[in-house]
Amino acid sequence: MNIRDVVRVHLPIGEDLAIQKNRIIGNAPGKKRICIITGTHGDELEGQYVAWSLARILNERLDDLHGIVDIYPSLNPLGISTIERGLPGFDLDMNRIFPGSDEFSANEYVAGKIVEDIKGADLSIDIHASNIFLRELPQIRINEKTADTLVPMAKDLNMDLIWIHSAATVLESTLAWSLNSIGTPCLVVEMGVGMRISKEYGDRLTTGILTKMAKMGILDGPVMPVFPPIISTDGYVDYINANQSGIFMPEATHGSMVEKGQVVGIVADPLTGHVREKLRSPMNGLLFTLREYPVVYSGSLIARVLGGAL
Amino acid sequence: MEQKRIFSFSAFPYRQKITIDGFYFGDTSRKTVAVVGATRGDEYQQVLISGLLIKRLKQLEAEGLLSSSSGIVVIPSASQFSMNVGKRFFPVDNTDINRMFPGYDKGETTQRLADGVFKAVKDYKYGIQMASFYLHGKFVPHVRTMYTDYQDNSIASDFGLPYFVIRHPQPIDTTTLNYNWQIFGSTAFSLYSGFNTTIDMPAAQQAVEAIIRFLVKRGVLSSRTPITEGEKTITLQDTSLKKVISAAGGFFFPIAQLGQQVRKGDLLGRIINPVTAESSEEIYAGSDGILFFTCSDIAVSEHTAVFGIADTSSI
Repeated sequence: MNIRDVVRVHLPIGEDLAIQKNRIIGNAPGKKRICIITGTHGDELEGQYVAWSLARILNERLDDLHGIVDIYPSLNPLGISTIERGLPGFDLDMNRIFPGSDEFSANEYVAGKIVEDIKGADLSIDIHASNIFLRELPQIRINEKTADTLVPMAKDLNMDLIWIHSAATVLESTLAWSLNSIGTPCLVVEMGVGMRISKEYGDRLTTGILTKMAKMGILDGPVMPVFPPIISTDGYVDYINANQSGIFMPEATHGSMVEKGQVVGIVADPLTGHVREKLRSPMNGLLFTLREYPVVYSGSLIARVLGGAL
Repeated sequence: MEQKRIFSFSAFPYRQKITIDGFYFGDTSRKTVAVVGATRGDEYQQVLISGLLIKRLKQLEAEGLLSSSSGIVVIPSASQFSMNVGKRFFPVDNTDINRMFPGYDKGETTQRLADGVFKAVKDYKYGIQMASFYLHGKFVPHVRTMYTDYQDNSIASDFGLPYFVIRHPQPIDTTTLNYNWQIFGSTAFSLYSGFNTTIDMPAAQQAVEAIIRFLVKRGVLSSRTPITEGEKTITLQDTSLKKVISAAGGFFFPIAQLGQQVRKGDLLGRIINPVTAESSEEIYAGSDGILFFTCSDIAVSEHTAVFGIADTSSI
């Protein structure tokens, strides 16, 4: 057990904000380092299971391990411990303040120390869990600007989908962008839903990480078979947004194939007993994102469908 | 004056519709000046400034002092839904409308709100936003713009406020109203006045005076409009605003006054250990300048930006 501080900051009264990592050093020779990072958003807990599961497995396989595995289970421990998505008392999303800086205030300072600590790893994996509103199939999201480098790295992670999305300036303040821009490869996993743990997804990702480590020469032993992912770009992803406010009730199953025009769900009005809106799939495809939280407003994202040749 | 609904969408079953209204003055076919008040639910000061401005413009229009070839729109609040429930951001998903511009009419809720606002205010020659900062604190009243290559620094002094700050945008700033106004061709300014969540009436009146002064200098209001003489404006790059960072956590007690000239080594404030009441840190100025920003939090962590000093030595 080798728990280390990445950064520590005194809070106002009798406690420190400590970002910690578990450094697992193999007994076998090797210098490669892989970083497993999660908990940027305090309401995303899927990565907690993966961090725990991976540490348990690797603790038992130190003789097979070459090099170093750094597990960062929570970049935002105050958020996780208070059931808050963001950094308590701070306006900006933590995943919009990277690469951080010593010259700014406490949260940006912490962000800067995190980047400094991960910098130089052979691979980093930043695990997210959507939010409390949407349930996601296990997927890896890659900015189109880094696709050539990252897509080959992402294929072994046992996820259903690799989504290559368009570049946006605002995304340049994410942890993944900051790391990739300094030459530290970072893959972003999105899976499951906020405030819950989907054990099946966590087990799949854990297997994928072990497989990837084996292929990188960091871990000896049998390589488990993994699912080949669907690889898609924005052009094949369509969105369904509510146009009415009310209570969303799904009629299609998350992860199922839907047909163009099929009703994915309704927006209900419990006050009158009326259906305010029927939400239909814009195309044939895989329902890889589906609304989990029933309260919706005009504009709330209901689903994403992946079309094209699946 | 004409009040128009610029945006509304489907009401939740047990709530009223979410609406945004604009108050139009002068020739509504002319797009001269757009003013946006609160985009967050705790921006009480910003709504009040807008309300006071509307009141003043009604009076000036009735007196025939508004140019017949100009049109003004004032949107006092795009955040009533948040304000009514005491939340800073959109209460459902905690998203910030001022990080959603230029908006998207088929996107998520706050993207649609931002789109509704932006469609109503884009293409105006000048845009003025009542803004608030992401760190908790109070600034010396000033006008600010984003550096975009499109901004017009030469007319910022028309507000007659003591300082004009040019901010070099971070990636996250590219989704603010100020930035997008400029990208779409308007000359945009943000006015910083007082705290959020509280009302500072003298600062609000000062902001209204600054906007009226700007409108007179730009020919939107007649030169016969009674205005007070503004102050000489000092232009600052945001890089010349030096943060003073706390080395301890605890209760923060500022000593120096906002706007005060400070010298390197002056005592600015203290951090007190809340449990022992002993001083944990005495905070000193690291450079000469004007005390430009003071943190408003009582309980602060280590490494908090508790003061900002404007380095005016090169001016």
